[in-house]
Amino acid sequence: MPEISAEQVAHLATLARIALTEEEIAHLTTELGQIMQAVEQVNRVATPEVPPTSHPIPMQNVFRADVVTDDVLTPAQALAGAPERDGDRFVVSAILGEEQ
Amino acid sequence: MSHADDLIRLNAADLAGRLATGDVSSVEATRAHLDRIAAVDGAVHAFLHVDAERALAAAAEVDRARAAGESLGELAGVPIAVKDVLVTEGMPSTSGSKILEGWIPPYDATPVRKVREAGLIPLGKTNMDEFAMGSSTEHSAYGPTHNPWDLERIPGGSGGGSAASVAAFEAPLALGSDTGGSIRQPAHVTGTVGVKPTYGAVSRYGSIALASSLDQIGPVTRTVLDAALLHDVIAGHDPHDSTSIDMAWPSMAEAARNADVKGLRIGVVKELDSDGFQAGVRQRFHESLDLLEKQGAEIVEVSAPNFEYSIAAYYLILPAEASSNLAKFDSVRFGLRVTPDGGGTVEQVMAATREAGFGPEVKRRIILGTYALSAGYYDAYYGSAQKVRTLVQRDFDAAFEQVDVLATPTAPTTAFRLGEKLDDPLAMYLNDVATIPANLAGVPGISLPSGLAPEDGLPVGIQFLAPAREDARLYNVGSALEQLLVAEWGGPILAKAPDLTTHELTATEEGAL
Repeated sequence: MPEISAEQVAHLATLARIALTEEEIAHLTTELGQIMQAVEQVNRVATPEVPPTSHPIPMQNVFRADVVTDDVLTPAQALAGAPERDGDRFVVSAILGEEQ
Repeated sequence: MSHADDLIRLNAADLAGRLATGDVSSVEATRAHLDRIAAVDGAVHAFLHVDAERALAAAAEVDRARAAGESLGELAGVPIAVKDVLVTEGMPSTSGSKILEGWIPPYDATPVRKVREAGLIPLGKTNMDEFAMGSSTEHSAYGPTHNPWDLERIPGGSGGGSAASVAAFEAPLALGSDTGGSIRQPAHVTGTVGVKPTYGAVSRYGSIALASSLDQIGPVTRTVLDAALLHDVIAGHDPHDSTSIDMAWPSMAEAARNADVKGLRIGVVKELDSDGFQAGVRQRFHESLDLLEKQGAEIVEVSAPNFEYSIAAYYLILPAEASSNLAKFDSVRFGLRVTPDGGGTVEQVMAATREAGFGPEVKRRIILGTYALSAGYYDAYYGSAQKVRTLVQRDFDAAFEQVDVLATPTAPTTAFRLGEKLDDPLAMYLNDVATIPANLAGVPGISLPSGLAPEDGLPVGIQFLAPAREDARLYNVGSALEQLLVAEWGGPILAKAPDLTTHELTATEEGAL
């Protein structure tokens, strides 16, 4: 069981795109260690011969005809909740920073 | 008892009967519930949003259709509360999060569309733990809901708002969602009925996803028959949800009306009948089993040795799936956008938005899920948790070879005090020890009141579980037990709940003098 460090939590926060404060990172480092210790007991019974289950009810791939149905959103509906828009497009912030 | 008070205390089935005869109009019934909300929701805080105007308009339309002799569904004209996890056209849908504050979706979730088409009257949206992460509603970004039995205590979670709205007579019916017990555990602590249908029985289209392999939508009510009637409205195949089961379901209402347990084999899961459960919870559980046995049911002890690993597996699978599902809150297409001082790249804006918009439990689980899915840890954590899922399913399969349904207490304790477990995530997670196995295996479960715990006078529930697709068995056994218990109590359990309007009534009486 690897110890979880504050650096690791900071890295996870970057991966998850959450700008955690130093205080939150410190708090989460302690909590994450405790939670991982509790949940790692799954390894007591998860032996190699047990197959994993990803989905509770087995299903085949579900397909439908590749046609536009009459219940798709209009552009106006799709854009109605956008924080910023330009006509029929979502406005996003700059993709590249100055150093890039 | 006034006319309006009489209306709000009716079960949905009885209210539907009076609506059908024309004895009461839907507008009257809807207004009575809106008045009740106005009177008690300041104290209970079950609702995040109430849409009185549109509810009354929908009710008037049902009254018009009925007067015109049009064919209507059995529950037409009956009010319903909707958990805020379901998107609703024209009503804000936040899933209890600041990141979606004020968002008005452009479409209805399928269960919401179905209840509207059946003529039910949506009153508003109910409070919940943020993105359904919690067992107490204390993780709602909009403040907790209070348990109508004791306003200082939790109403359960994540669907505490739906359960409390029904327990406080603000609505006869509500919709909930259950990922690890979020319908059944609130039912347990509020003296109400909650059902998690078979995974895939009810469409999740328009349900703001928490953990996609676990989530299921279901009914929240005061009686088993009401839950069955609502289940019949919302269940069924939906091409918009690829996990939706394509089969013809039997009538759950018919199963509830059947209520015959003669020869029914009921398995008691011995691992969930232990000292880890409060004495009064166990006492009422065993009394319920005794009543069923006297009616001809056969009680059998069964073992489910892998259930003890369920919580551990759940707290790997859920955060992993949630961390992926919640990636859509990226400040671009809907919801909050926070731009750091002096601007920033889209990644910086995203990180600032998610920092400001997510609460502590959501951040905790996203970070946990990101860790469990990290390269090098995937097999040890997420992979192992999926193996436990197989073992839990095998436990269910073995048990259902011996018995028709399983029985457990729904949760370990009665409602605890607000704040009591807020700083101890692991203690909070233990509330779902008896409800999580059903989600891992996809099987259906019901919780209904089994009495009040003698030590604190608070409600406790009993849970029944059935094999996948055999939801009807739950309504049969649940309804049979409910009839026996109500006869013993001399009335429904909620008749013993405190009168929340005492203060308002006193004020009115003073005004009259």
